[in-house]
Amino acid sequence: MSAAPPTDLVPVTIDGQEIAVPKGTNVIEAARRVGVDVPFYCYHPKLSVVGNCRMCLVELGQPAVDLATKAPVMDPVTGRQRIDWIPRPQIGCATNVTPGLHVRTQTPQIKACREGVMEFLLINHPLDCPICDQAGECKLQEQATGYGRGYSRFIEQKNVKPKRTQLGPRVMLDDERCILCSRCIRFCKEIAKDDVLGFTDRGSYSTLTCYPGRQLTNNYSLNTVDLCPVGALTSTDFRFKMRVWFLKQTPGIDPESSAGANTVVWSREGVIYRITPRDNDAVNDSWMADSGRELYKQVRSPGRLAGVRVAGTPAALDAAVAQAGELFRAAAGRVAVVGSGRSSVEEQWLTRRLTEALQAPAWLVSRVGEGDGLLVSADRNPNVRGALVTGLIRSLPTQRLDELTAAIDAGRVTTVVAVGEDLAAAGLTRAQLAKVKIVHLGTAASPTSEASAVLLPALTLYEKAGCFVNQQFRLQRFQRAVPGPAGAHDDLELLARLIGASGGAVAPADLAGVWREVAAALPALAGRTFTTVPDLGLALDPAPFAGLPFIEGPGLHYTPAKG
Amino acid sequence: MPAPAERRIIFKHIDEPGYTPDLACYLRHGGYASLRKALGMAPAAIIDEVKKSGLRGRGGAGFGCGLKWSLVDRKSGKPIYLVVNADESEPGTFKDRYIIHQDPHQLLESIMVSSWANNVRQAYIYIRGEFPHGARILEKAIAEARAANLVGPNVLGSGYSCEIYVHRGAGAYICGEETGLIESLEGKRPYPRIKPPYFPAVLGLYQCPTIVNNVETLCHVKHIVDVGGEEFAKIGTPGNTGTRILCVSGHVRRPGYYEYEVGRITLGQLLNEVCGGPLPGRTFKAIIPGGSSAKVLRWGETFTLKNKDGSTRTLAAEDIPMDFDTLAACGTMGGSGGVIVMDDSVNMVEALANINAFYAHESCGQCTPCREGSLWMKKITARMVHGQARAEDGALLQGVADQIAGRTICAFGEACSWPTQSFLAKFGDEFRAYPEAKTAPRPESVPLA
Repeated sequence: MSAAPPTDLVPVTIDGQEIAVPKGTNVIEAARRVGVDVPFYCYHPKLSVVGNCRMCLVELGQPAVDLATKAPVMDPVTGRQRIDWIPRPQIGCATNVTPGLHVRTQTPQIKACREGVMEFLLINHPLDCPICDQAGECKLQEQATGYGRGYSRFIEQKNVKPKRTQLGPRVMLDDERCILCSRCIRFCKEIAKDDVLGFTDRGSYSTLTCYPGRQLTNNYSLNTVDLCPVGALTSTDFRFKMRVWFLKQTPGIDPESSAGANTVVWSREGVIYRITPRDNDAVNDSWMADSGRELYKQVRSPGRLAGVRVAGTPAALDAAVAQAGELFRAAAGRVAVVGSGRSSVEEQWLTRRLTEALQAPAWLVSRVGEGDGLLVSADRNPNVRGALVTGLIRSLPTQRLDELTAAIDAGRVTTVVAVGEDLAAAGLTRAQLAKVKIVHLGTAASPTSEASAVLLPALTLYEKAGCFVNQQFRLQRFQRAVPGPAGAHDDLELLARLIGASGGAVAPADLAGVWREVAAALPALAGRTFTTVPDLGLALDPAPFAGLPFIEGPGLHYTPAKG
Repeated sequence: MPAPAERRIIFKHIDEPGYTPDLACYLRHGGYASLRKALGMAPAAIIDEVKKSGLRGRGGAGFGCGLKWSLVDRKSGKPIYLVVNADESEPGTFKDRYIIHQDPHQLLESIMVSSWANNVRQAYIYIRGEFPHGARILEKAIAEARAANLVGPNVLGSGYSCEIYVHRGAGAYICGEETGLIESLEGKRPYPRIKPPYFPAVLGLYQCPTIVNNVETLCHVKHIVDVGGEEFAKIGTPGNTGTRILCVSGHVRRPGYYEYEVGRITLGQLLNEVCGGPLPGRTFKAIIPGGSSAKVLRWGETFTLKNKDGSTRTLAAEDIPMDFDTLAACGTMGGSGGVIVMDDSVNMVEALANINAFYAHESCGQCTPCREGSLWMKKITARMVHGQARAEDGALLQGVADQIAGRTICAFGEACSWPTQSFLAKFGDEFRAYPEAKTAPRPESVPLA
């Protein structure tokens, strides 16, 4: 033998196509790489393999060798090494590639296997697609079309099982539709560590259910809905609201913490209907927390700010910006800026520009919660690291704005620009709010918006595009899913105009312009543009911030730095 | 040719007047001498004797016991477990329960010998849930043996320690499947494991190397140690060594259990001579030779079998020797030794409806083909016997069964489809004629749902 192969690549042949795949790859994934679709239901790359659906049956073979001499056995017809095929079909999900493995997926036997499984799965399935929420994204529908016979030979009575079982506050179960793939059970046990789901009864009467006296209440319960290949598990929030084929999918980022789960925002005609996780093996795998899925409701919340106001009176944006300029000039040297860890990198850059134009100190509001060890981290701001990268702040924000309140009490600060933050929630009293002039960019009514001298309604996360830097120092992009309401303005535009009103150099009011600036000013982003940020994020170098006492504990794909 | 004499090794004391299941009785009959002998032997030597004996599993598959032992991963550093499969549930099979009820120490001694041979420190007897009395007998026997220093720490002063535990099943046929049994023993639903990777010899109980042996198989180990592997191999026929217990039920005059050298008695000798032939005025019709999962034989059918030299011979069903290999060559199997006899009073559609009801009830429901197919087949045959048979039902049954066998996680797929496949192959005319036969519906034979 010469030197060992340089990498752990295993040569395999799938439907005649040769490919080398990493050791440990299973046949389903290996086939995917050569464009061969091996259908499955129960398999999920992030869950344990159980092999119960039997949809991924394939034929496996190995090049024949003489048992005594170990010499290859040649096929006299083809002149190549003979392939010894295993007579029985094998499941692709549980078969990891071995050197020289041959796979056939298109033989009459495999076609018959798939037709058989499809027929079996459908005989006791209610076939109520017209009233089923899963229609349009149902694996059973897709694979019945792709691999089924198109007719059934079943004339018996179908099994009857429980319908409309509320498994938990957010998940509804229809047992008749369940194909018993056990993905939801494995997810709860293996990922959510909340082993509440299981099967009762046996055979075709097997029934998915919750452990007696328990409910599926964990904050990851809706992932079972995403995982469910059929319409058995549906979201109480989303079900019957909209057919999925009408929905537009927009890539987003979960803003509830610095974990930064990748999401898809599903909308139609300017209305968001649901948020689901977007696969990112470096960040959130295929999961996200339930809590992050409801945040779209802020878009159409009753308290949404929808009109520029000056001293509580509706005003035009030009007039309001002019008024802000007046306030800045009147309070020159006594202006402070409160930025936000919820603002995008781009907004934080312009916020920094604003602080420089005003020669004002900047604070960031910290949000701390309990990390769940998975995808909700202790830092409930999605973008504190963005503020560090953009240079808006140099140290981590503290819980309370004590320095600011002291400065207000002492009269050293008389005007505050609150970018996306409610100062009352950050610890300012009503008296303190009343003592200063407030220029506020916000989306929802709050004590700060009520007390604002200049109120500038801005956009929610879902109405704008931008980037966050998550706990891994991964720059991740979100896109605009829906337009903002009338009367609200893009945050970048508002910040750019405030910079203008403060006498600073002309600032860009759009993403491309901001990126031209940050690419030139920030070494970490040198040469980058917004449109070329990879879909799965861009890993930034955390070294410049290595000494900072970040508060996140261990989470999925995240290990805190030691020290 | 007259039937050979019964040769009782395992069942030597079964039904023997005065023989009791307690330790004193067992010791009076020379009990635990094999264990003393074994403890004086090197473990590898015992494994070697078992290999030489040619002993094959009596649980159903007929897998070589010595080979099974030799596959055990002994380098993992993990403990090796011995699990005794006493989940005797195969319809038509009633042998292990008599060992347990009447001669439990024979089993315990064999467990201890096998444990010593395989460096096992914990052995489990997984006993069928419907055998509560058997479980109590075993518990009592273990307590007796433990008190006599035959089980437990420092057995007979040898320095070797091994505990035996009894675990009762909860009433599921699938627990007889070895990986389902292991799951159940671990306290989970008895979902059989996928193989690969979960071969018990490597990743068995608690993910440790595990030997799972049937009660009857294991009991032979004691006798192999007694006489030596080579001597044991002379019993029976080459490749089909030892004796095995044949459990005959159904339409014969003298049903019951009989122990014969493997392959030394034919099906015809067993049924006609040993069991006294068919009931008065009846003739044999169908025989299931190895438990309900085995494919049915039609009485009177002939088989063309290949000889080793390439020539062929013709064999009538009644001349089939009751061994592993010939039954397999005839398309069925020795299975668990449960010989189910049906005479000409039996309607095969109704018989299959009964079998299908069993398998639909016992399918664990883990994998699709068996879960859905077994109940579908049951629904079809149930409908047929409820007077709604259709001409195409036979072909449909065949189609469903063909979609199950060979595509499931465990052998239950074959177990539930082989009856349908073989009933149709051997008695297809009855299924085709059934709709026109205008036989009165026989709903009592099987419930509809």
